[in-house]
Parts: sequence; C-alpha cells; structure tokens
Amino acid sequence: MNPQRAAWLFLAPALLVLGLFFLLPVIAALALSLTDYDLYALADIRDLRFVALGNYWELLHRPLFWSALGHTLYFVLVGVPLSIVASLGAALLLNSPLARCKPLFRTALFAPVVTTVVAVAVIWRYLFNTKYGLANYALGGLGIHPVDWLGDPRWAMPTIILFAVWKNFGYNMIIFLAALQAIPADLYEAARIDGASPLRQFRHITLPMLGPTLLMVGILTVSGYFQLFAEPFVMTEGGPLQSTTSVLYLMYEEGFKWWNLGSASAVAFLLFLIMFAVTAVMLRVARRGGEA
Amino acid sequence: MSPRLAKALVNGLLIGSTLVAVFPLLWMLSVSFMRPGEASALPPPLLPTHATLANYHELFERAGMGRYLLNSLGVSSAITLLSLAFNLMAGYAFAKLRFSGRERLFQVLLGGLVIPAQVAMLPLFLLLKYLGLVNSYAAVVVPAMATIFGIFLVRQYARGIPDDLMEAARIDGAGELRIFVQIVLPLLKPIMVTLAIFTFLTAWNDFMWPLIALTGQEHYTLPIALASLSREHVQDSELMMAGSVVTVLPVLVLFLALQRYYLQGLLLGSVKG
Repeated sequence: MNPQRAAWLFLAPALLVLGLFFLLPVIAALALSLTDYDLYALADIRDLRFVALGNYWELLHRPLFWSALGHTLYFVLVGVPLSIVASLGAALLLNSPLARCKPLFRTALFAPVVTTVVAVAVIWRYLFNTKYGLANYALGGLGIHPVDWLGDPRWAMPTIILFAVWKNFGYNMIIFLAALQAIPADLYEAARIDGASPLRQFRHITLPMLGPTLLMVGILTVSGYFQLFAEPFVMTEGGPLQSTTSVLYLMYEEGFKWWNLGSASAVAFLLFLIMFAVTAVMLRVARRGGEA
Repeated sequence: MSPRLAKALVNGLLIGSTLVAVFPLLWMLSVSFMRPGEASALPPPLLPTHATLANYHELFERAGMGRYLLNSLGVSSAITLLSLAFNLMAGYAFAKLRFSGRERLFQVLLGGLVIPAQVAMLPLFLLLKYLGLVNSYAAVVVPAMATIFGIFLVRQYARGIPDDLMEAARIDGAGELRIFVQIVLPLLKPIMVTLAIFTFLTAWNDFMWPLIALTGQEHYTLPIALASLSREHVQDSELMMAGSVVTVLPVLVLFLALQRYYLQGLLLGSVKG
C-alpha cells in the first residue's frame, strides 16, 4: 500500500466524524440562522422560509438578548479576574520553598476541577440556602443578616461567580505552577543579592516571566466563561427575574424549549462572534503591551 | 518578616484554601448519610447523629440511580474507547505519515478549536433526528468519537518517535497497519493513558449536549438525572447529596488513581496557546 493512501485511511474515521458531526453542523448553523426554522418547519419542512438577517435584527431589538449578554459579560468580567487571581495565589503558595506537603495540597486544591458541575452546583445550592445553609449560619456568627443568595436578583450572579471560581481555579493553578517552576532560580538569587523585597521580586521577575502564560490562561478562561450554562440551569434556572439568564441559556430555551431553531442559531453565532472579537482584542492588546 | 512567621503564614494560607476547596465535598459526603430532614436544622449539623444508608437505598431502589450509573459508565466508556482509537490513528498520521496537504489540513483543524461546540448543537440535533438517533446512546457517543484536541495531543507526542523505527520496519516489508499496531502504539502508551482519562472525565461530566440529545429518562446519564431529580426534590438535601456522591465519586477516584497522567495532559494541552 502506498504511504499516501495509508495516511488517508488512518485519517478517515476521525475526519469523517469531525466533518459530519462538527464542520457540517457549524455551516448548517449559519444557514439555519438565516431562516425562520421553528416548530412548524420541524413538522413540515415546506414551512421553512428564508429571512436573511431577520433573526439577527430581531435579536438586537430584544431586551432579553441584551440582558442575557449583560449577565454573561458580568460573569466574565468579574469571574475571570477573580479566578485568575485565585489560581495565581494558590500556585504561588504551592511554589513557595516554605510550603510543606506540596503534593497533598496540590491534589486537594485541584479536586473541585474534576467534579461534575451539576453535582457540585447542587451542593452549593444547599450550602447557600437562605434558612439552613452553612454560608448564612457562618455569617450569622459574625452578626451579618442572612442573605437570600440564590433568590435575590442582586446576589444570584455573585453566588454563581463564587461557585465558578471555587470549581475552576485549580485548573489554571496547575498551569501557573508549571510556569513558575520554569523561571530560572538565579534571577531571584540576583534580585535578593541586590536587596529586592519579595514584593518587588514578584512585580519585576515573576509577573513579566509569566506574561505569555497569563495571556494564554486569560484567553482560555474567557472563552470558557462565555459558555456559562450548567451553573444557572441547576442553581437558579436562569432566575430570579432572569438575572442569571446567560446567552447560552437563552439559546437553549429558544432552541429546545420553544423550538425556534433559526433564532437560536443566530444567538449561537452572535456569541461566537463576540467571543472571537474579545479574544482578538486580548491578543492585540497583549502584543502592543509586549512591544512597549 | 521572620522566617518562622513567613513559614507559618504560607502553610496557614495553604491549609485555609485547601479547606475551602474540599469542605463542600466532605459536607456532601457527610450529609448523604443523614436521615431525611436532618440537615435542615439550626445550627446546620456537620456530622450525622446516626449514619444511615437510607438515601442511597432510596436512590437505587426508587429513583433508578443504578440505571443512570450504568448509562454513564457505558456512554463514557464507549466514547473513550472509540475516540481513543480514532484520535490515535489521526494524530499518528499527522505526525508521521507523509501526504500532500498535511500541514494545511492540520492548520484548518486547529482553526476549528476557536468554534464553541454549542454553535453546532442545533443542526446536530436536527441531523441526529433525521438519522433517527435522538434519544439513544448513540446520540451522545457518535459526535464525540473524534476530537480536535485529542488529535492535537497525539500528534504532539508522536512527533517524538524516531522515523528510523518505522523505516526499518517498512524495509522489512511490514504493512502500515502492522507498523502502527506493533511499533507505534506501544510507544504511545503514556499519551494513551492521558487521553483516555481526559476523555472519560469529560464525557462523564458533560451536561449540555446529553441534556439536549437524551429526551427520555431511560437514557439519562448521571448529570442529567441529577439535574432533573434536583428539580423534583428541592427540599430533600440528604437525598440529593447522596445523588451527588454517586455522580462525583467515580471520577474523583479515577483522578486520584491516575492524577499524574491527568495533570500531564492538562499541561500538554495548554501549550497550544
């Protein structure tokens, strides 16, 4: 058998799966978003009409889309920096020469990452129960009045952000830890001899050396957080008063509750475009920062 | 700051953050052994007064948890085995077999990584509906049989295999399939373990797509079953905690047993940025 043919035979199963169940649906999604595909079209394809950019136009005039986008941006803008600070903090602690039992701490801190979102979201729902939850009980001990964590529109999103930080910080912690270990020790040695304080060492050695890692972690975390769905689905069902309805939650309801598949596809594509734009801007800003 | 104080501070902070990370999981385990209603008291109890397996009993006898557990095991194992085979073959081809357009095709694949999976979900649902696969195990397994990430991971690793090994076998007249199975696969063992545990955990924890594709209870995987149970049993914290234990424990144990491989995969996968 000639090598060319062998290569294509080795590739065929994977490419077939990706082509048929990923590439084709993505292209179809673009086409679908230009139609009014709904429950009637689902029953009889002849009810399908081409509406061009109608779905997009309609979405941009729908308050629910803007509020879902607002909630998602809130989650990203607050959640991502908090997550990264928590990850970096934990990595710095684990990397400190003073720390004991490092493998044990590392495993324990990473444990939430491998757990199932749905299962741990259910746990948090009870920990943040208004009446019997431990969170309010602990706050009560400090003399703070009970907070209606998941029932108050002002508190529901912060509670979900707290949950996401807890669930995810271990992932980036491992990446930061590897990057920290790759910084040559003599850089710190030289700084110490020059009398630089730990804080200045962090600012002038650690942070610059972590630059590329920070950018990568930032981009991956931002795209992950834009895909907020399971957390509100389990913890709040998008409420209260739709205060935790994210863009993907909107897409799910639009598509699989109301069967407006055309307009749901438009939601998915708008989210994709926004994610793409945000990532591009982050890369651009980072490149400019690198040149300066 | 004195060295002793610094040491106490670092280790104290580590202990504190570890407690925050692990406490919800320990609390879940403890409450799952409480009698119904016991956790809804003030002050909230930390340990059961009389540990009982009643919640687990109820879950497996009445709520059909055994079925969901088997569904999850079956679906995740099938995805792991199939995607492992397909990704290994494709990753090896991209790394070691010469064919025209190889680099360009690989670039196109990598480009696909920026597209969030959810964009494909609506047409995918229609496609599977057309194929008569909605609400079957295949609806969850088939689209996951190959991943760009997996192909990428295998390719990176396989590039380290010396070409001489394969050339020598070719000169001896070995076929391409035999070279792959007898020479290449044994060398790929570490990345196979890494990719297998990664895929299994992802499949086990996956939520949005199974939620869409599995419309009937009999096919529910654990996360879907748990989400639907938690909407019915809002007040039964003890029962729900037992359900969470059943869902989380298998992956947690798997991770603890193979964490070296898992963390390695995490680092390999993140170099792509």
